[in-house]
Amino acid sequence: MANMRLTKNPMPAQDPNVRNKNFYEVTLGYTEEMALDEAKRCLNCKNKPCVSGCPVNIMIPEFIAQVAQGNFEEAYRIISLSSSLPAVCGRVCPQETQCEGKCIRGIKGEPVAIGRLERFVADWHNEHATEAPVKPAANGHKVAVVGSGPSGLTCAGDLAKLGYDVTVFEALHLAGGVLVYGIPEFRLPKSIVQKEVDGLKALGVKVETNMVIGRVLSIEELKDEYGFEAVFIGSGAGLPRFMNIPGENLKGVFSANEFLTRSNLMKAYLEDSTTPIKQSKNVAIVGGGNVAMDAARTAKRLGAENVYIVYRRGMEELPARKEEVEHAEEEGIIFKTLTNPVEIIPSPVTDPRDPAFGSVVGMKCVKMELGEPDASGRRRPTVIPNSEFEMEVDCVIMSLGTSPNPLIKATTPGLDTKKWGEIITDEDGLTSIEGVYAGGDAVTGAATVILAMGAGKTAAAAIDKYIQGK
Amino acid sequence: MFKIVRREELNPTVTLLEIEAPLIAKKAQPGQFIILRVDDKGERIPLTVADYDREKGTVTIIFQIVGATTELLNHKNEGEYIQDFVGPLGTPTHTDGLKKVCVIGGGVGCAIALPVAKKLKEQGCDVTSIIGFRSKDLVILENEFKACSSRFFMMTDDGSYGEQGNVCVPLNKMLEAGETFDEVITIGPLIMMKFVCLATKPYNIKTIVSMNPIMVDGTGMCGGCRLTVGGETKFACVDGPDFDGHLVDFDEAMSRSRSYAGFEHKRKEETCNLFKKEVE
Repeated sequence: MANMRLTKNPMPAQDPNVRNKNFYEVTLGYTEEMALDEAKRCLNCKNKPCVSGCPVNIMIPEFIAQVAQGNFEEAYRIISLSSSLPAVCGRVCPQETQCEGKCIRGIKGEPVAIGRLERFVADWHNEHATEAPVKPAANGHKVAVVGSGPSGLTCAGDLAKLGYDVTVFEALHLAGGVLVYGIPEFRLPKSIVQKEVDGLKALGVKVETNMVIGRVLSIEELKDEYGFEAVFIGSGAGLPRFMNIPGENLKGVFSANEFLTRSNLMKAYLEDSTTPIKQSKNVAIVGGGNVAMDAARTAKRLGAENVYIVYRRGMEELPARKEEVEHAEEEGIIFKTLTNPVEIIPSPVTDPRDPAFGSVVGMKCVKMELGEPDASGRRRPTVIPNSEFEMEVDCVIMSLGTSPNPLIKATTPGLDTKKWGEIITDEDGLTSIEGVYAGGDAVTGAATVILAMGAGKTAAAAIDKYIQGK
Repeated sequence: MFKIVRREELNPTVTLLEIEAPLIAKKAQPGQFIILRVDDKGERIPLTVADYDREKGTVTIIFQIVGATTELLNHKNEGEYIQDFVGPLGTPTHTDGLKKVCVIGGGVGCAIALPVAKKLKEQGCDVTSIIGFRSKDLVILENEFKACSSRFFMMTDDGSYGEQGNVCVPLNKMLEAGETFDEVITIGPLIMMKFVCLATKPYNIKTIVSMNPIMVDGTGMCGGCRLTVGGETKFACVDGPDFDGHLVDFDEAMSRSRSYAGFEHKRKEETCNLFKKEVE
């Protein structure tokens, strides 16, 4: 008999006023009792709408049924048939618009907490599993994967499981892509990412760090000189966008990418870090996505007194996951919605030798109102006349999204891209060059971890078909 | 891990390291840079490529000891390893079609100017070199510059070697005398490059500067290295590091370069104390 309670088991979490001063994980995960109870809320319905909402089609009712019976390892096995990174997805997927958004239980009450159950199963496995993964028999074919973010790791994992000899090339000194440089420790502990990468290595995947493909080796060389039969490009969305307003290059203005990379990849939040990060009093984050929430919560943890999210639309329109917005609010982040910056104000100091010269002291903003829906279906914000006001801030973090890194396009003749540099592919991920596939943010522009994983998965299947058909 | 095959102290504050990095050596060109981390806990710092040997598979870097990381790097010996070494990054210096160029280096910037001067000489370009230092004991690469230049000027601020004055003194003299160049290429402290650009501007001589701002990833991801060039924001790591000096906002670049001055100073002191303790 299903558990008909209308609400999810709440997620245990650190107290907001404690956690906004540390970098430990915010949410603590379900206990076995909570997981068993929550799993029993699943009706195991026949048409499984949840599965259709999952970009990698995890067999959700099947794994939940195993959780309900206490067979956690079997539940893990079922998830890992579809997903290479369950501990990651259980934490960062926007479940409310995917699997949980389709759950029948969500019509009257809250949906089954699929994401929390996925995380529970993955964590249980990581803690209890003793058997090393079995390295599949080699099939003698070599595939190169460019980038070790979610799409690259997924593609590499799927191909390795089929026996391919896979080498992942990573530009930074550490594998994981956005999972290590972008998403903060308090939302996704780096030890989890490391475990996933180690798991791939155990399957035989080689990871080569410090390799900027496009500079040190070209796609052409990987194919022609190094004998890779296919290449998957998962180089991500690199270039941060700015607003092109006056004062954007002042000292104390950062892209969210820089701010988060300093803190996450370079560990600037640690006392003994060799990489500096700005200690600020009043910080404005411009933008309303998940990255903006991450930057805001990081700034708060680094000791800022007032942290503002400045967003030109309203609370309802924030593109960030609801859970991230709620967590940010609980931690004391101040939301200045329907507000748009027009200028960043420099210190009045005029002597270039004075350390204050060229520093941020404030931000001029205008108030906005929402008009008719635009092409994206969202209501277009327009400026309210004579609404200008100033905010006192000593740090501004621009979190306006990113464009694909131009390096590979610039060094790969024949690779077709769209206007902003997104690589053009067919539905299997095939680019304009034979044997070269692409997926993730390099193709779509900034999107989610799970969509990138889905693209990596699709491309892996297409690469297998391509090589086997040769 | 990347092995140090040669270490040489060029002067009390400038050291040369030749690093085994065959893939980078194969592709590197003058004007490009690498990013390194000395050890597992290290920060990422950009250093411009000073030389490369495609056959030996080595890349040479020359650096001045300015902060904690360069201090640590300076304590690495031949046969020891550097944790991370990635490149070649940035766009190479454009030298195609240049017939007559004045190359101006200042301090450790001379280490980066030299491969450019060499390449120009190899393609048959007439090279005038002006190199400047604070004083005699800081002079580096004098003979190397002489070897690839048809005219050579050595300047020191205090007059302890060569002529007294900064690099703009002989440049101004030549320009005033009606001398002209296809291009002036200058690499050194921001303030020096700024004044070289001010000197060449009235004569409309294209002047290329090599910018070395604060960077984190060096691949176009963080935007920390951005600068204003001709009113537009550019990323030094992917759009540069070479830019048209007449369009660069040097005051902004100087201000941004001091973003972490306090932190750097404290860390350098701590690192120095650490090495002092080892000696005791």
